[in-house]
Amino acid sequence: MIDRLIAFLVLLFARGKRRRTEPLDRLVPEAPAQRPWELVAAALLFLAMLSAAAFVPIYAIDSLGHIQTQLLGLSLGLAFAFVAAACVVFAKRLVPQETVVEPYPAPETEHEQERLGELVAESGDGLTRKRLLKFAGAGAGAALGAALLTPAASLGPFIDVAQLRKTAWRRGVRLVDDFGDPIPAKRVHVGSFLTAYPEGADHDALGSPLVVVRLRIQDLQLPEARAGWAPGGIVAYSKICTHAGCAIALYRAPLFEPTSSRPALVCPCHYSTFDPAAGGKVLFGPAGRNLPQLPLEIDGEGNLHAAGTFSGPPGPSWWGVRFR
Amino acid sequence: MLKRFSVVVAALALCAPGAHADLISRGRSLYQQGCISCHGLSARGVQPYGHARGAGGVRGAGPSLVGVGALAADLYLSAGYMPLRNARQQPVRHQPLYSADDIRALVAYIGSLGGPPIPHAHPERGSLPQGLRLYTENCAGCHQMDAQGGLVIGALPPPLQSASPTQIAEAVRVGPYLMPRFPKDVLSDRQLDSIIAYVELTKHPVDRGGWGIGHIGAIPEGLVAWLLAGTVLVVLARIIGERRGE
Amino acid sequence: MIRRLVRYLDQRSGTAPLLRRALRYVFPDHWSFLLGEIALYCFVILVATGIYLTLFFDPSTAKTVYHGSYAPLHGVTVSQAYRSAVDLSFHTKAGLLMRQTHHWAADVFLVAIVLHLMRVFFTGAFRKPRDLVWYVGVAMLMLAILEGFLGYSIVDDLLSGMGLAIAYSVVMSLPVVGANIALLLWGSPFPGTSGFESRMYIAHVFVFPVLLVILITVHILSIAARHHTQFPGRGKTEGHVVGTPTFPGYVPRTLGLAFGVAAVLFLLGGLVQINPIWQWGPFETAQATNGAQPDWYLGWLIGGLRLMPGFDVSVGQYTLVPNPFWGGALFPLVVFAFLFAWPTIESRVTGDTDFHNLLDRPRDAPWRTAVGAAVFSWVAIVFFAGASDRVFVWLKISYSGQIWFFRGAAFVAPVVVFLFVRELCEELREGPQGSQGRVRIVEK
Repeated sequence: MIDRLIAFLVLLFARGKRRRTEPLDRLVPEAPAQRPWELVAAALLFLAMLSAAAFVPIYAIDSLGHIQTQLLGLSLGLAFAFVAAACVVFAKRLVPQETVVEPYPAPETEHEQERLGELVAESGDGLTRKRLLKFAGAGAGAALGAALLTPAASLGPFIDVAQLRKTAWRRGVRLVDDFGDPIPAKRVHVGSFLTAYPEGADHDALGSPLVVVRLRIQDLQLPEARAGWAPGGIVAYSKICTHAGCAIALYRAPLFEPTSSRPALVCPCHYSTFDPAAGGKVLFGPAGRNLPQLPLEIDGEGNLHAAGTFSGPPGPSWWGVRFR
Repeated sequence: MLKRFSVVVAALALCAPGAHADLISRGRSLYQQGCISCHGLSARGVQPYGHARGAGGVRGAGPSLVGVGALAADLYLSAGYMPLRNARQQPVRHQPLYSADDIRALVAYIGSLGGPPIPHAHPERGSLPQGLRLYTENCAGCHQMDAQGGLVIGALPPPLQSASPTQIAEAVRVGPYLMPRFPKDVLSDRQLDSIIAYVELTKHPVDRGGWGIGHIGAIPEGLVAWLLAGTVLVVLARIIGERRGE
Repeated sequence: MIRRLVRYLDQRSGTAPLLRRALRYVFPDHWSFLLGEIALYCFVILVATGIYLTLFFDPSTAKTVYHGSYAPLHGVTVSQAYRSAVDLSFHTKAGLLMRQTHHWAADVFLVAIVLHLMRVFFTGAFRKPRDLVWYVGVAMLMLAILEGFLGYSIVDDLLSGMGLAIAYSVVMSLPVVGANIALLLWGSPFPGTSGFESRMYIAHVFVFPVLLVILITVHILSIAARHHTQFPGRGKTEGHVVGTPTFPGYVPRTLGLAFGVAAVLFLLGGLVQINPIWQWGPFETAQATNGAQPDWYLGWLIGGLRLMPGFDVSVGQYTLVPNPFWGGALFPLVVFAFLFAWPTIESRVTGDTDFHNLLDRPRDAPWRTAVGAAVFSWVAIVFFAGASDRVFVWLKISYSGQIWFFRGAAFVAPVVVFLFVRELCEELREGPQGSQGRVRIVEK
């Protein structure tokens, strides 16, 4: 009841000027004094002052080492926390608690909507060829918009996507390790795995990195067309997963095959699993395309080099990935 | 520390040929009690569903240990990987079932069958930048950048916080269970020392930013954002939104 | 003194009447109406700390050699972007505090947005005349997610670089035009040209923040123009809003919330480590780490990508739908389409095209609550599936087992949740208090 009365008074006296000499009716109800809470608020603000003041010396000291970040965070965070607490004390104890009623604005003003419509309509009254002008305007706008958007095509070669198939691998390119040294075939043991790159090429291109493993000859189940691709059982595959482009950094190499899973290349992002013995076939996971294999040869010095290009484009799939 | 001490003692023991022969024969008898059911007579291995049965009538399967050397034996026994309850299960790190003396004896016996000795790890000779680079390329895919372990389809590459430098060196050379192996021409001793130095660092990562919350990235971060920050802020909103007398 | 200030302002702008009205503007009281403000204050902290970071960060992929104090990186060739971020963390006083506060603010920003969105959805606040506010809000959610992703990707560390490779693959998987768009955005096949870093950077520090500021302004002004909704209650009607006036009542409350958000974020920024990029190392295409996860608000997408069975949809030589499309593009598209379309769907199905200033208690709109709960549970299932690798490591539950479980649950759970929640709403309505809402959805 009381708050309705206050609200009524507020609404009644919300407008109108008052001369300074006349006693003003209160706009805001009188809040009872809360002296203890005032002290609490002051104390909180004082604590905030201390916390924040600590920030500068903590910042200035050079020899704090690692812990400086923690102390700076504590100082600033606590300062904010104390100020927040002081605000809450103000909000709930020191400021008059009011309930005010206000009407929601009118849903719509139909009269004004009509006037606006009339305004536009009457302004165009003199035009006799509205359709022609609209058509011409739309054409100009569309053409201009297209022209303004066209320079965005310089962002990238979005017409020529064929470069997605290009890699540095071709017949005779030598395999090198991360340090740039050639890889002798005897360095690839059954059960170990190496990362290899094309000699002289950009290591960071998607088409560059290879994962090289050796399997026992009797375990190989390569497609017939790839019979000569694995000298001594050494196979090489693109290290980039055909699902979503992560590096296939996991190799399952069983020490004692009868009691564990077979060899497999696994990607750590979504766990696509590929069979190195069977031409990179997908064994598990969301990859939709086999891992591209690179044919290998051993040169006169016993080092590995490529005997051709990949069996398919390396990296994630796109519209034309299966084009021949 | 204890590992190094035992190695020194074992080395000293080797100086006394008689004592060493005793160690080997003690190892042999321990082997015949506990390992033969899976690793076979004369440690030549057992194929699954073979006829070899050991003490307790256990039918197992396991590789030949001839030529694996003291290196492999020490890894598997000191980490508690062996004995394995189920031959098809991944060996997991435990408190070793065998005492340090028994382990020494078994290691001596397996070592007597040929193969590499226990390696000497010298992480202090390694270089941290080289270690980071080699670890990233060869290990992080399974064991995670901060050696917190991870997932491979078919196995659980373990976190490395409990692995001693010697055990790390051994594991890299052996490639236990589904882990690939890295012989000396793939990772030299110096490179291995660097990797071990890096792994030692991951036991006490540089957590400049405060509480490391597991060192595995966004999952704990998301939990903190929701359960810590989210809760505090919702509670704060409730306190602020509450009206006296309402 | 106040009089002097007010007089100065009014003489120069004529805004005294407007100010008095604004200061007595009524805010309805409910704690859940503060969730949007939490998001707003997170945004303020993001901009403030973000500006600080731009004063130090070098958005360049040019190679340099690291010579700072983090030993494993010493002498390593890294990009300027990575180096500047690590140097900021190690050698700039308060640099790491600002960086971490910024990142925590981004994570909490999205927590607040999601909580706020759920409050708005389940109370029907998006109904006419506030559907426009809702559309703006959903658009801001999309922008915020993208903005956060860009923010942690410009640092060129191993973890975020893997995320960029995945983003590239998702763009590539868009049917027919994916490769064209991917090459346009990246400038060349992944990892792209050096211009790509510049594009991410300018999007993150300028374009998206400006868009967000504009949308936040439209969002708030629209609410002010129509007034905030309120729950039904004594004196609270479609025609009258009851609550606390801005001044003096609401100002200290909202300031308390603002400082509270700042406190939480700065305490986290100093005490709890987030994204320690020096531990991840620099990004290289040929490297990867186990346990790589995106920030939490993208967890639903990694779940979507992991749950899909392995197939590309191809006809002859044409690969119509590469695999990442389903989990990485279609899934979020469907969820956002649902969010955008919901006000229209609801008003069509219920036939309710009235203005609504009063909110529903969720139980009073059983159909909406049940559908919302079902869709949110669907997203939640996929989200949790994304963390199944760590669940395997912590709880030893088979990974492939979890994947099959989540695949099934993604279909079953929404149906079960729908039926259960609808029942629950009906039961709560029939409870002792009964339904007191002034406005009820007429269920078809």
